[in-house]
Amino acid sequence: MIAYILRRVFQSAIVLLIVGLVAFSMFRFVGDPIDNMLGQERTMADVERLRVQLGLDQPFVVQYFKFLGNAAQGNFGVSYRQGRPVATIIRERAPATLELAAVSGALAIIVGIGLGVFTAIRRHGIASNLIMSLSLIGVSLPTFLIGILLIYLFSVELDLLPSFGRGETVMIGDWSTGFLTESGLKALILPSITLGLYQMTLIMRLVRSEMLEVLRMDYIRFARARGLSERLVNFRHALKNTLVPVITVTGLQLGSIIAFAIITETVFQWPGVGLLFINAVQFVDIPVMAAYLMLISVMFVAINLIVDLLYFAIDPRLRIDGRH
Amino acid sequence: MSDFPQPAAVKPAEQGRLTRLWSSDFAWAFRHSPVAICSMAVVMLLVLAAVFAPLIAPHDPFNPATLNLMNGFTAPGTPNAFTGEQFWLGTDDQGRDVFSTILYGLRISLFVGFAAVLLALVIGVTLGLIAGYVGGWPETIIMRSADVQLTFPSILVALLIFGVAKGFTPVEYRDQVAIWVLIVAIGLSDWVQFARVVRGATLVEKNKEYVQAARLIGRTGPAIMLRHILPNVLSPVLVIATISLALAIIAEATLSFLGVGAPPTQPSLGNLIRIGQGFLFSGEWWILLFPACTLLALALSVNLMGDWLRDALNPRLK
Repeated sequence: MIAYILRRVFQSAIVLLIVGLVAFSMFRFVGDPIDNMLGQERTMADVERLRVQLGLDQPFVVQYFKFLGNAAQGNFGVSYRQGRPVATIIRERAPATLELAAVSGALAIIVGIGLGVFTAIRRHGIASNLIMSLSLIGVSLPTFLIGILLIYLFSVELDLLPSFGRGETVMIGDWSTGFLTESGLKALILPSITLGLYQMTLIMRLVRSEMLEVLRMDYIRFARARGLSERLVNFRHALKNTLVPVITVTGLQLGSIIAFAIITETVFQWPGVGLLFINAVQFVDIPVMAAYLMLISVMFVAINLIVDLLYFAIDPRLRIDGRH
Repeated sequence: MSDFPQPAAVKPAEQGRLTRLWSSDFAWAFRHSPVAICSMAVVMLLVLAAVFAPLIAPHDPFNPATLNLMNGFTAPGTPNAFTGEQFWLGTDDQGRDVFSTILYGLRISLFVGFAAVLLALVIGVTLGLIAGYVGGWPETIIMRSADVQLTFPSILVALLIFGVAKGFTPVEYRDQVAIWVLIVAIGLSDWVQFARVVRGATLVEKNKEYVQAARLIGRTGPAIMLRHILPNVLSPVLVIATISLALAIIAEATLSFLGVGAPPTQPSLGNLIRIGQGFLFSGEWWILLFPACTLLALALSVNLMGDWLRDALNPRLK
């Protein structure tokens, strides 16, 4: 098992090195960094000084490892467009995205598992069938259309909730939070539903199909025969055994929540990292793109690793013959 | 159906190809599935509308000579207050007929969707065949990179490819090549599924007797892969291609909606929705609603067709 963990950690490190190479090549070869930073009016002396300062006169491999070293210390260079350090900009924007992702993730997991169990237990009920048909439409609807639809319903027609921005935020140290003000909480509702809906339908369908399979097992019938209450059978015996695949998918989906936040943030003009990235793509702001790529891959790789390790914690069978 | 009682040993060449297709299990399953027929009809209708857009569209939305700014914001079905002209689905802010822009937008959306899936299919099937048939280090490299790419959502990969390609093209050519960049970005972000499925199927096929026989009579690796194995792994590829088409259409619309896809000079459905969103608050709902419904109908019916294909071609369900 330790060998397995070590191998997974090693693989993750290689993935990160490759992603770093991609990010570095973007910075180094897409356009000329010197052109991008100095603009039209410059002297040869300026060019030479910046070339040495950025280390562009050194061999490629040296530059690459220097880039990785800087990135590991949180130094991603200076944004071409805003002229400020990328790390500072991202630190300002991160709380917005993380709060949005946390709320949508919680929403997706709680409602998704709840509805999944419900539709599995009341398999032939009218409500279950309705939920299942609705979820099919939910999967086909592109995220941005869901967002626009919600804005139309709740902001334009009913005028209940704000359609853009974060509302008022409170600074706690470096962290700007929208959780503490009324307008901040109100502003969270529509974007987090938009972002979480797809993941919610996915989790729901998965939990449902897993539950249906487990509920057919002998030990469930036996638990019923012992006279255990329905609640105990459904949640303690059945749900617990559906959790392995659910945790895999949920874990991987949490990563995509951050990635799909790009779309939701654009629809709602949410001042987070996703919106920053989209603007960077539009204006070819390479340092911001490279930094976003690095950060998000660290996150994805970490999530994948944790999900793999969680298997061992959840499923005792793997611990016994855990040598793949 | 009618020739079912005949012995199977009848020479297949004596029947026409169409008759054989019509009497196959596959066609039977299609004729007996209302969902499949309906979604096929919707897709065909939309494809035909897109192909013949210049003939069907009442106006050419990209010819400024035929536009009249006075026609701007005409509601659907009611005559314009100034010019008295009527438009089926209304007009946008510049007086362009929404119905015509949808037809032309559908063209771009479908073209990008089909081309991107074709690219992903060619890359994925080739790499999958090599990985499955050759094995060894090519397999390791191909499947590891597939794993790495699968870690990231494809929309993110597409965005990155798009951003990098944009950095490489000079500013004055960006709009011209945007469509092709979009196709490459979506295509490259989507090959993994094809490669995985084809590799899996190839691993099964390559140990069968007909492949051994082909090897014995001295056929080379590429010939065996293309002429012998490929035809036998095509049915899962067809299913994935259909599902990928729905994903590619949505991906294209999403990128264009985000403002990093099709250029304003060649608006796709995503661009139209992006434009329409701006008029939602001032009450011009038709500029948004009709392109959105078209996109939804397209994506939903392609999705349903994919679902049906998966069930129809799944030997375990027969």
